[in-house]
Amino acid sequence: MTAAAFSPTGIRFENVEKRYGSLYALRRVSLEIAAGECVALAGRNGSGKTTLLRIAARLVRPAPGEVIFFRSRENGRGDVEAKHVPTGFVAHATMVYDELTAEENLMLFSRLQGIAAPGERVASLLGEVGLSDRRNSLVRTFSRGMRQRVAIARALLNRPAVLLLDEPGTGLDPEGISWLASTLSRMRDEGRTILMSVHGESKISALATRAIRLDAGAVVADTTMGANLHSILTFAGA
Amino acid sequence: MALLSNAAILLEKELRTEYRSRELLTTTVVFILLVFMLFSITFHPTGSESQQFGPGLLWMAFLFAASLMLQACFLREQTNDTLSALRLTVSDPFAIFFAKLAASTLFLLLTELFMLPFFAGFFNVRILRVLPQLFVVFFLGSLGIAIPGTAFSAISAQARMRELMLPLLLLPVLTPVLIASTEVTAGLLNSEPAMNYAGLGLIIAFDVVFLTALWLFGEYLLEE
Repeated sequence: MTAAAFSPTGIRFENVEKRYGSLYALRRVSLEIAAGECVALAGRNGSGKTTLLRIAARLVRPAPGEVIFFRSRENGRGDVEAKHVPTGFVAHATMVYDELTAEENLMLFSRLQGIAAPGERVASLLGEVGLSDRRNSLVRTFSRGMRQRVAIARALLNRPAVLLLDEPGTGLDPEGISWLASTLSRMRDEGRTILMSVHGESKISALATRAIRLDAGAVVADTTMGANLHSILTFAGA
Repeated sequence: MALLSNAAILLEKELRTEYRSRELLTTTVVFILLVFMLFSITFHPTGSESQQFGPGLLWMAFLFAASLMLQACFLREQTNDTLSALRLTVSDPFAIFFAKLAASTLFLLLTELFMLPFFAGFFNVRILRVLPQLFVVFFLGSLGIAIPGTAFSAISAQARMRELMLPLLLLPVLTPVLIASTEVTAGLLNSEPAMNYAGLGLIIAFDVVFLTALWLFGEYLLEE
């Protein structure tokens, strides 16, 4: 993937709360993710990681609270409307169509986003995720790992300034994990903001420059320090 | 322009996936055929009874078949959470509804036109002389079913007991369009065919009101 011009963008969560019925998914979470940070979200199942990522992706509306995207202050710019921030999201579900081929899926989402030269972009990404030879196969014939590769390619189509990943290593084999880690490492070095939920330590979580632990919808630990970062990621149940 | 462009891209996707699976068209055609057969076998309607009850039966069959078809409209997007991917990528969420209601209207219309000769055969009614007028009624009636149907499909797909929810929401709302479509069709299938313009106007008004409501409030129906 070639580095394309983009504006480094940070995310600020202000008193973000979300309830499903009487169950609190998030409790008054306030966080600031600086532009270009690579942040790992850790925590037990049901701790609120997925909800936080879906709120950042604007798929879930917090109540109360808000999510603000902001451009790096070095550029002399402030808050920016979320719809103007190219965002990529890899969720638990693959978010691709089983009845379309890998290429058709990526072309569909490229065209919807108005990506220039979509054919070239799709061919390049299919090559990167190692699916060039299966580009004309229906996604329903793919293994879980191959579907995950298509899902990651879909999230990278618009060269996102902010990348949100919910356990992105799901289903990937060791080779796939290595590819994803090197891709994320390159994106982090380019200054793209990465917020990802992880379970335990892996090649992917090792990329994080900051780790945040959630418990019962609240932030209980937040560090950029090496040893503490390690302890948050390896915390039992994380 | 982005709305129309996105809607066209999504409509192409709907047609392609249906072409590959043929789930919706097959199910609705078989369902309507069964209704026609069962009614014809059970009641043995005479020519005058067919003219009297045929249009009502026709639209009831279309309505129930449509509720089956519309059920899948947003449920298909739940399987891999593709609705979230669409929400992240389209500039105007109405494009999602626009594409889905266009696809549903087209599928319904195709099914209705395909089933019309069977209806004529089972109930001994003459359709050839009023075919263009019937096409107009079928198109407007199908649109009238598809617009609220698409909206309620989005709601019911996120609900518990979703299979029951859609017909419960949809059928009462569609009563005006069902009555008007039946009356217009009955006028056309009469021994002396006549277009009921008042009925047609009611269907058009229904379509416009619900399309406007969907355009204004559709976005909120897609939220989690």
